Amino acid sequence: MQHVVIIGNGISGITAARHIRKQSDCKITVISGETDHFFSRTALMYIYMGHMKYEHTKPYEDSFWEKNRIELKRAWVKTIDFEEKKLYFRLPNDDDKEAKIGGSISYDKLILALGSTPNKFGWKGQNLAGVQGLYSYQDLESLEETTQRIKKAVIVGGGLIGVELAEMLHSRGIEVTFLVRESSFWNIIMPPEESAIISRHIKENHINLQLSSELDEIIGDDNGQVKAIRTKSSEQRPGEEIECQFVGLTVGVSPNISLLKVPQGNMIGREKPAFVLGVGGIKLNRGILVNEYLETNIPDVYAIGDCVEHEIPPKGRKNLEQIWYTGRIMGETIARTITGKRTKYQPGIFFNSAKFFNIEYQTYGQVPAELPADIKTFYWEQSSGIICVRINYSAENQSVTGMNTFGIRMRHEIWDEWISSAKSIEYVLENLSKANFDPEFFRQYEAEILEKYNTETGSSLQLKSKKRFFSKIF
Amino acid sequence: MLQKFGLIIFIAALGLFICTLGMNNYTLTSDILEKNFKEDALLDAKIEFASMIDQSYSNSYTFITELSEGIKQLNKVYNAQQEWDKKIYEDTILSIVKASANGYLVDNKGFMFLLTFGMAIFGALLFILPEAQKPAGIKNNGIYFNPAMTRKWLGISIGTFLISFYLALYFKPQYIANWTMLIDPVSKLIKGGEASRWFMYGFLYTISVLVMGIRYIIKYRHSKYQIIRTLSIMFFQTCIAFILPEIMSNLNLPSADLKNIWPLDYSFFFNYRLDKLLNSGAFGIFLLVWGIALFVVGVPVMVYFFGKRWYCSWVCGCGGLAETLGDPYRQLSDKSLKAWKIERYLIHGVLAFAIIMTIGVLYTYFTGSYNLLGFIPTESLKSSYGFMIGSIFSGVVGTGFYPLMGNRVWCRFGCPLAAYLGIIQRFKSKFRITTNGGQCISCGNCSTHCEMGIDVRAYAQKGQDIVRSSCVGCGVCSSVCPRGVLNLENAETGSRVMIAPDVLLGNLMEK
Repeated sequence: MQHVVIIGNGISGITAARHIRKQSDCKITVISGETDHFFSRTALMYIYMGHMKYEHTKPYEDSFWEKNRIELKRAWVKTIDFEEKKLYFRLPNDDDKEAKIGGSISYDKLILALGSTPNKFGWKGQNLAGVQGLYSYQDLESLEETTQRIKKAVIVGGGLIGVELAEMLHSRGIEVTFLVRESSFWNIIMPPEESAIISRHIKENHINLQLSSELDEIIGDDNGQVKAIRTKSSEQRPGEEIECQFVGLTVGVSPNISLLKVPQGNMIGREKPAFVLGVGGIKLNRGILVNEYLETNIPDVYAIGDCVEHEIPPKGRKNLEQIWYTGRIMGETIARTITGKRTKYQPGIFFNSAKFFNIEYQTYGQVPAELPADIKTFYWEQSSGIICVRINYSAENQSVTGMNTFGIRMRHEIWDEWISSAKSIEYVLENLSKANFDPEFFRQYEAEILEKYNTETGSSLQLKSKKRFFSKIF
Repeated sequence: MLQKFGLIIFIAALGLFICTLGMNNYTLTSDILEKNFKEDALLDAKIEFASMIDQSYSNSYTFITELSEGIKQLNKVYNAQQEWDKKIYEDTILSIVKASANGYLVDNKGFMFLLTFGMAIFGALLFILPEAQKPAGIKNNGIYFNPAMTRKWLGISIGTFLISFYLALYFKPQYIANWTMLIDPVSKLIKGGEASRWFMYGFLYTISVLVMGIRYIIKYRHSKYQIIRTLSIMFFQTCIAFILPEIMSNLNLPSADLKNIWPLDYSFFFNYRLDKLLNSGAFGIFLLVWGIALFVVGVPVMVYFFGKRWYCSWVCGCGGLAETLGDPYRQLSDKSLKAWKIERYLIHGVLAFAIIMTIGVLYTYFTGSYNLLGFIPTESLKSSYGFMIGSIFSGVVGTGFYPLMGNRVWCRFGCPLAAYLGIIQRFKSKFRITTNGGQCISCGNCSTHCEMGIDVRAYAQKGQDIVRSSCVGCGVCSSVCPRGVLNLENAETGSRVMIAPDVLLGNLMEK
C-alpha cells in the first residue's frame, strides 16, 4: 500500500487528502505544525471579531479524519531527503539553528502544500514586537495578545487582508490608520470606479485611509515594542510620524518555501536565473516550480496551493495565484494524478469573491484594472454608491469576457456558462435576471442596468425574463 | 451612551418587575372562600383555613405557601375519598390569591404597569434603536465575547429565570399572581375583565415578539427577506394569536388561535374542545373544519410550494418567539452529527406520541371507552402528553433553554408539527437552499448561526443543495454568508441537487 504524505493541512492539502481517499485505499498522512485539524483560514477574522470561535472554523468534525483513515501528524518539517524519500521533523521548541531532529517519516508520494507567508520588505523595525502580518493561526493568537489594550493601529498595504484587518481592529474599538501606496484602494486589481467605491466605503466605516502613502520605517520604544511609524514623504504629502501600538503588514504574501531553500551566495550584479535549486535539487523560483501536472522536477514530489509557481500557467492565468479556490482546484486535480490518472491542472473560467466591510464582491472571468485595447467595458452604478456591475466584452465580437459585481449576488454557474460559450453582451444583459442570486424580495436592478446600456449605445434591448415571485413558485 | 442609559432603565424595570412579586399584603376572608369554592366543598375549606381567615399577611411567600399547603391537604382528602370533582386546581388558587391581595400594587395597577412594562419597553427601545445609525450589514461583532450569549454566568442566569418563570406559570401560578395583576389594566381594555395567567403570558409573549422583532429588523435591515418575514411574525403573533381570540370570546364565540395547527395544538381533539365547537353553531363548525383542513390540506400544499418556512418562520408563535427573543442565542445550537441523530429520534418520537394520544382521545370520545385496544389508558396518555410535551418540553425546555441550547430547542427536538412539515419538505417540496457553484470558502458563518443546528457549510462546500427536514427557512445562513453562496429558493422539485458533484464548479480537468 503506497504512502502518500501531504505537508500542509490547509484547503489544498486537505482537498487532496479527501479526494485521494475517495478514489483509493492508500495510506494518507497529513502533516501540519500550525493546528491539529483543518480550519478555514479565511475565517480567522471572524474569530477575532467574536462572530465565531476557532472550533466553528473547522469544516469537519474531529472524528472525520479517523473515520476516513486520514492520519494527522502535528509537527513542523525540518528537512526533506528526496533521495531516501524521507521527511525529518523539527524537535518541539527547536529554534531551527541546531541540527537536532525529532523523528522522521517515509513516503512513496509527497505533496507539498506549504501555503504562503506575509511579505516583509526589509523595513527598519519590521521585527519589533507588535508588528505582524495575518495569515496563520499563530498570527491570530499573537494579534489577540498584542491588541488587547491598545488604542491605535496602522495597517500597511491595501489588499484584501488589509481591509479585513482594518475591519477586525475597528470592531474592537481600535483607531485604524490604513496606509496604501496607490492613489486609490486596490487599483492595481480593480478598475477605477470599483476602486473608488471601496475607498469611499472604507472611509465611511471610520477607517483613516491614507492613499498615496508609503511606510518609511517602524519606530520602537526601549522595550523593543512598536510605538510609531514614519511615512515616506512624497509629492502628495510630506512624511509624518503616526503614533501606534500595532502595525499590520499586509503587503501581499509569498510562497512559504523557506523549508526548501538553501543559501544561494551573493547574487548582486548577476543576472537572476529562471530558477534556483533548493534542498535536494528541487527547482524553486518565487515558489515551487511545477509543470502543468503540478509535478516538481523531482519524481513523486508534487506541489499545490499557495506555494506553487506554474512554469507554464494555464491560459489567461498568472503563474502565482494564491486564492482559496485555486488551492482547492489543485487539490482536486492532484488527487487524480496520485490515484493513477495523470491529470493536467485546468482551472475553468476565473472566479473570486471577497467582502469589503459590508460590500460583497464577486468576479467572473477577466476584469483587469486597465482595460486592454481589444476589450470594451460597460459599467453601471446604483445611486447608493455601493452597488455596481461591470461587464467587459470583446470589441471585435461582443462576447463577454468578464464581470465584477458589488452588492448583487450572481450565479456562478450562469456566468461560467456565458463566458465560456462567448455569449454577447446584449444576450447577457437581456438575460441578466437569470444570473441573479439575491434573496427573495431584494430589489432587482436588471431593468435599470439594461436602460443604461440602451441609453449609452442607442440600442433598445428588452429584459427577457424578470424574476417574478409567483411565476417562480407555480 | 444612549444605549447604556436604555440598558440601565431596562434592568431597573426588570428588577422592579421581579420585586412586584412581594409587593402586596394578603388577607383571606370567608367572602373570598365563598366565591371560589363549590358549595359542597366550602365547609371543608372554611375548616382548613380557619386559622388564616381575616389574618393579614405582609409576606406574600408565607401567605401563598400556607394557602397552597392547605389546598394540598384538601386535595389529599378528596383523592382518598375519590371525590374528583371537588378537587381544587391552580387557577382557583390563583384567583384566591388575587382576591386576597391588598396594598400599593392593587391600588396602583396602572402606574405600576407603566413603571415595569412601560419602562422596560422604553429602555429596551433606547438600547435597540440607535443601532440603526450604524451602516447596515451583518454585525455579529462580539457575540462570542458576550457572557449572555455564550452560556456564561449571564446566559445561565437568564436561563434560570426563564425556566423558573415557566415552572411557576404552568404549575404554581399563585406565586406570580402579582404579575397577572400588573396586566389587569390591559386586560380590562381588551376584554373587560381581570387578566388570567394565560392572558398575562400572551401579553408578555407578544411584547417580547414585538420589541425583539424591532431589534431583529434593525439588525438584519440590509435584507428585505428578513424584514418582511419578521413583520409577518409580529403580525401573526399580535393580531391572530393574541387579539383575535379575545375578540372572539368578547363576541361570545368559541375563541381559537386560527394559525395553531394540530398536532402542535395537541388539545384540538380533546372532548371539551370538540364539544364546545360542535355546540357553537355555524362558527364552531367552521373552526372545526378550518382546523382539520389546515393539517390535512394546508400543510402539505403550502410546504410543497414554499417549504416549511411558510409556517415555522413566518407564522408560528413558537417560531416567532424563537426568531425574535431567541435570536441572540441562535449560535448555541449543537451542529454535531450526534445532535442530528438525537433530533431525528426525538422529534419523530413526539410526533408518533401525539398521533397515538389523539387517536386514543378520539376513540374515547366516540366510544366512551377509556381503554384503546383494551389496554392503553387514553386518559393517562392525554395527561402525560400534556405534562411532558405540552408543558415541560415546549415551555420549560423550549424557551427556558434558549440561552443554553439555542433558540429552537423545541422546534428542533420536540415539535410534532415541525416533524410533520419536515417530512413533506424533505421528500416533496420545491424548497431548497441553493449553493452557488464553487464560491464557498468554508468559513462556517452559515453553520454557526443556523438555529436548527444544520451544518450548512458541509453542503455548501460540496456544492450540494441543502434539503433538510429541519430547515425552517429563516434565511440567516444566506444573510451571514460573506460570499453570496446561499439562497433560499422554490423551483421544480426534481431540480434539487441532492448528490454533490464530483468536483466543484471552476475545475475543468478532464474526467
